[in-house]
Amino acid sequence: MTKYILRRILYLFLTLFIIASITFFLMKMLPGTPFTNQNRLSPEQLAIVKAQYGLDQPVFIQYLRYMGGLFQGNLGTSFQFNNEPVTQLIGQRLAPSMQIGAQAMIVGTVLGILLGAVAAIRKNTWVDTLATFISILGLSIPSFVLAVLLQFYLAYKWQIYPVALWDNFQSSVLPTLALAALPLGNVARFMRTEMVDVMSSDYIELAKSKGNSNWQVVTKHALRNSLIPVVTIIGPMAVSVMTGSMVVENIFSIPGIGEQFVKSITTNDYPTIMGLTIFYSFLLVLVILIVDILYGLIDPRIRLGNGGKE
Amino acid sequence: MEKILDVKNLNVDFSTYNGTVHAIRGVDFHLNSGETLAIVGESGSGKSVTVRTVLQLMAKNSKISKGEILYHDEDLLKKSEKEMDDIRGNKISMIFQDPMTSLDPTMTIGKQVAEPLLIHNKVSKSDALKRAEEVLRLVGIPNPKARMKDYPHQFSGGQRQRIVIAIAIVNYPEILIADEPTTALDVTVQAQIIDLLKELQQKIGTSIIFITHDLGVVAGIADRVAVMYAGKLVEYGNVDEIFYNPQHPYTWGLLDSMPTLDTDDQNRLNSIPGTPPNLLNPPKGDAFAPRNAYAMEIDEEEQPPFFKVSKTHYAATWLLHPDAPKVEPPKSIQERFEKYQEMLGGSVK
Repeated sequence: MTKYILRRILYLFLTLFIIASITFFLMKMLPGTPFTNQNRLSPEQLAIVKAQYGLDQPVFIQYLRYMGGLFQGNLGTSFQFNNEPVTQLIGQRLAPSMQIGAQAMIVGTVLGILLGAVAAIRKNTWVDTLATFISILGLSIPSFVLAVLLQFYLAYKWQIYPVALWDNFQSSVLPTLALAALPLGNVARFMRTEMVDVMSSDYIELAKSKGNSNWQVVTKHALRNSLIPVVTIIGPMAVSVMTGSMVVENIFSIPGIGEQFVKSITTNDYPTIMGLTIFYSFLLVLVILIVDILYGLIDPRIRLGNGGKE
Repeated sequence: MEKILDVKNLNVDFSTYNGTVHAIRGVDFHLNSGETLAIVGESGSGKSVTVRTVLQLMAKNSKISKGEILYHDEDLLKKSEKEMDDIRGNKISMIFQDPMTSLDPTMTIGKQVAEPLLIHNKVSKSDALKRAEEVLRLVGIPNPKARMKDYPHQFSGGQRQRIVIAIAIVNYPEILIADEPTTALDVTVQAQIIDLLKELQQKIGTSIIFITHDLGVVAGIADRVAVMYAGKLVEYGNVDEIFYNPQHPYTWGLLDSMPTLDTDDQNRLNSIPGTPPNLLNPPKGDAFAPRNAYAMEIDEEEQPPFFKVSKTHYAATWLLHPDAPKVEPPKSIQERFEKYQEMLGGSVK
């Protein structure tokens, strides 16, 4: 298992290297320069500024330089945000993004599992219909629409939560809800389908024949077996929560990295784009790695390393 | 012999989109303590449904419309869900058909075998696991101590069925219901499982209801046999009476379609023509009549009652009515009758 994880971590860095390379060249194909006032600069002045940032070199040399820095953990300094080092920029804005992202994932997954399980156990009753309705709503309403609706009702009309503010936990509730809807709907749908299947399987009948109460059958046998495929979708869901957070952060004025990412792209802030892409990719591959490890923990049939052989 | 289970006039209906299916239509049988009762019949005859009603492990769309299931003179159908939970896996337990899908794939087999102990007895987890290990040894799992921590996918089909049996007997149940426990296994393993069940019955003194469609298996394990067709019993008696003195044309058909040592590749195996009736609209008369070469007019009109053949042997066919004409059963059945006469002669000597 340890060997497997080490190998996966090696692959993780390889993946990041490839993503960084592709992003670098794609980014260089963007029109314009990072300098907002370039129209007022004479060609000579522009050349000086470019030379200062090393932008006068051929793209490939720039690439080698950047990658060299990257291997030493240096993401460069931002062109826009007061020449701050990119690592520092990310560090400062990481906490709010991580907080609402993690909250949304936890709330969405836990509620989704419960909703899906209840729907499956009460299959073909009004409970099931209601749960399906909720999960379809969660899946189909875009997070920014939900964000605005939440702001209108919970913040503006009933004044329970602040409209757009970032200080305490109270202020994180609405963005969390807006982001949690998608994972909730997704997980609930998967969970219901899987659990309906599991509940009609032979080992559930055997569990019942042992004298387990219906509740025990669900908690001891059905839940764990239904969770296996649900774990698979956590990875892709984490991605949609991350991308969703870019818009939601803007709507709720949260000083997070999503907001900064959007800004850096519109201003051709090369080092910030690179830094944030690498950071997002890192999170993503990390989530996928964790999901794979979780998989093995939940399902002994695919336990990796030694479980492969029967 | 004490009757520990007495099923009386059991009727089970299934509601489906097409209407109500009358799957079980008045079944009576009993189980004596210590014996093995085999219920045989083709697929869809209702044998599995019948025994599942005993434990009330039934599909959601099924309903017991009539009947009593007396276990030590108490009607199981009047018990609450909680009371039934106390009986399942404790007093009455069940062995399932397909060992490949009957075990929880995400739980170690040690825990799965120990589970009924923990549910029904006040024992510590470590004691339950110790006991589970003993039972796994009893059912013939080699090196049980080490294998307790393994998962179902690490065992072969035959071993898994042994584990399923271990789960069923871990609380020494009074009644063991085996629902086609050998059907999914290959023939050599089948024989091992039958031997194991017989051995366990000796050791723990349980009574067994054995469901199968394989008459060959029945001969090896049963004391008594009940033949089921289209949701009804058609004949029941001691194993010798059913095998060598069968009276119902359906039993004749079943026995006639069974290969024997004399069967060679020159003669084809006989089969019963036609298919069982649709139980959405059960026939008014004898359900077997359309497939029965010996059917009479009355078979279309009225269901035959049980006629007594001996103190232990009954068959529901109009052929046993005093006014019925004498018919000549298939040749292989006549040979069985002759053997039966020899057996009777032998026992008189």
